[in-house]
Amino acid sequence: MKEYVIIGGGAAGVSCVEGIRSRDPEGKITLVSAEPVSNYGRPLISYYLEGKTGLDRMSWRGADFYERMRVDALHGVRAERLDPEARRVTLSGGAELPYDALCVCAGSDPFSPRFEGIETVEKRFSFTTLADALALEQAVDGDTRVLIVGAGFIGLKCAEGLRDRAKSVTVCDLAPRAMSASLDGDSSPILERHLEKCGIRLMLGNTVTRFDGGTALMQSGDTVGFDVLVIAIGVRPNTSLVSDAGGAVGRGITVNEKMETSLPRVWAAGDCTESRELTTGETGVLAILPNASMQGRCAGTNMAGGDAVFDKGIRMNSIGFFGLHIMSAGSCTDPVFTQVTETGCKKLFARDGVLTGFILMGDVSRAGIYTSLIRERTPLDTIDFDAVCREPSLLPFGRAYRAKKLGGAV
Amino acid sequence: MKRVYVNEQWCLGCHLCEYNCAFANSGERDMVKALKGRAIRPRIRVEGDGEITYAVSCRHCREPLCVRSCISGALSAENGTVRIDHDKCVGCLTCVLVCPYGAVQPGPDGAAMKCELCLANACGEPACAAGCPNRAIVYEEREEETA
Repeated sequence: MKEYVIIGGGAAGVSCVEGIRSRDPEGKITLVSAEPVSNYGRPLISYYLEGKTGLDRMSWRGADFYERMRVDALHGVRAERLDPEARRVTLSGGAELPYDALCVCAGSDPFSPRFEGIETVEKRFSFTTLADALALEQAVDGDTRVLIVGAGFIGLKCAEGLRDRAKSVTVCDLAPRAMSASLDGDSSPILERHLEKCGIRLMLGNTVTRFDGGTALMQSGDTVGFDVLVIAIGVRPNTSLVSDAGGAVGRGITVNEKMETSLPRVWAAGDCTESRELTTGETGVLAILPNASMQGRCAGTNMAGGDAVFDKGIRMNSIGFFGLHIMSAGSCTDPVFTQVTETGCKKLFARDGVLTGFILMGDVSRAGIYTSLIRERTPLDTIDFDAVCREPSLLPFGRAYRAKKLGGAV
Repeated sequence: MKRVYVNEQWCLGCHLCEYNCAFANSGERDMVKALKGRAIRPRIRVEGDGEITYAVSCRHCREPLCVRSCISGALSAENGTVRIDHDKCVGCLTCVLVCPYGAVQPGPDGAAMKCELCLANACGEPACAAGCPNRAIVYEEREEETA
């Protein structure tokens, strides 16, 4: 009987279990999670603060998942050391786990540059785990002034989750625009106006130079008084287990399209890895749940002797703030279609005859048709691209395509 | 498994499938009460132009991108049917972002909604197919399924 070990209980680790079990119903699976709970949707934590979900509904694959999949799940335990020659993982506490196939789904941890005076801040938090959300829930009440450093996805979702709980929420970012990594100069201002209308105070192109207890001294010379600080600047892939064992890592653990690392019998998946992004061909960390899930499943399938490939990783996000839906995908460098209004926008980007990216705000209907064009690298001269730009539907794809997709099993 | 298939050449563009779908998913027993004077929210959609029409609903893909991408675990595949747990959905619409057919949409309260083959509805099998006057929508097994 084959022995599988999975490090991490996020979307990648859980999907790895599913991949293994799709081929091997018998093998012994041990999953090690550093968190006290696993198998929950990490991105749900802001929705939890907002009251849109509850602890009883956050399980990603159901509360009985490990039992159903016959997984021995160890919680609150870290994988400390990997010995690829002896095929053994040493856990915190000293126990050793032998494996025939190992998957590292260790995720990423928040990082922060060193702020002067940060140690004088009494209540400071990150916002990436359920434990963070539960701690913030305790720390914030109707008298609390919250300062969030970072106006990316994590920081702004945190702001949304806390608005109705706190007295005030201020978000600052060194970048001059909100969500600058995925929106552009046309779309960011729409989001910024919306957030401010909804009561979030933004300080963009501005960051904290020094903390002094409950006061942040800003680059602009302003001071911001706060009771609770959230640092949401970014995350860093957890690569050390593999790199300490001599495996190849860049910014993330290096994997190929089968999710194999450079170490024999060791796979990796999810936010701890770096892989080839489809639209640019560049290697990068694609730290989003859908990629983690598909990589994990691919890794698990291959660990159980399958021949799966995942080579369609792109950056994409669907997110809403106070009722404004925003979707972005791919790389947004060469615009071919632009429609901007006061409250919404649609921009499509194409290069070398294929769609490479889009940004939608407001009307996001059937956006997946655009995502599919990116993923499948559909030559745009084979469809009525002008029509699909105006409105995503299956009409511009022609009768033969529809006959195959709507008249057959896909 | 049995799926909803579309015979585009037979579609009349009558939109009856949309009304039957909205009724089947309304939980009401009376069609007039369910639909009259309301904006209907069908899970099937007739697309097309003046000449071509056809209906699109969930394909219940064998490798469903929506299930893989769902951040809350609300979407699942049970015996080939892709289902959505309304209470788990937080309305992030990642499913809308990834569905290649545009077959998932936001529902009236923000949670996503999609065709679940009417398996849990009173009609027990897809109302769109049952009510299609020209057999442009059928619910059946097709050979390629085993391929």
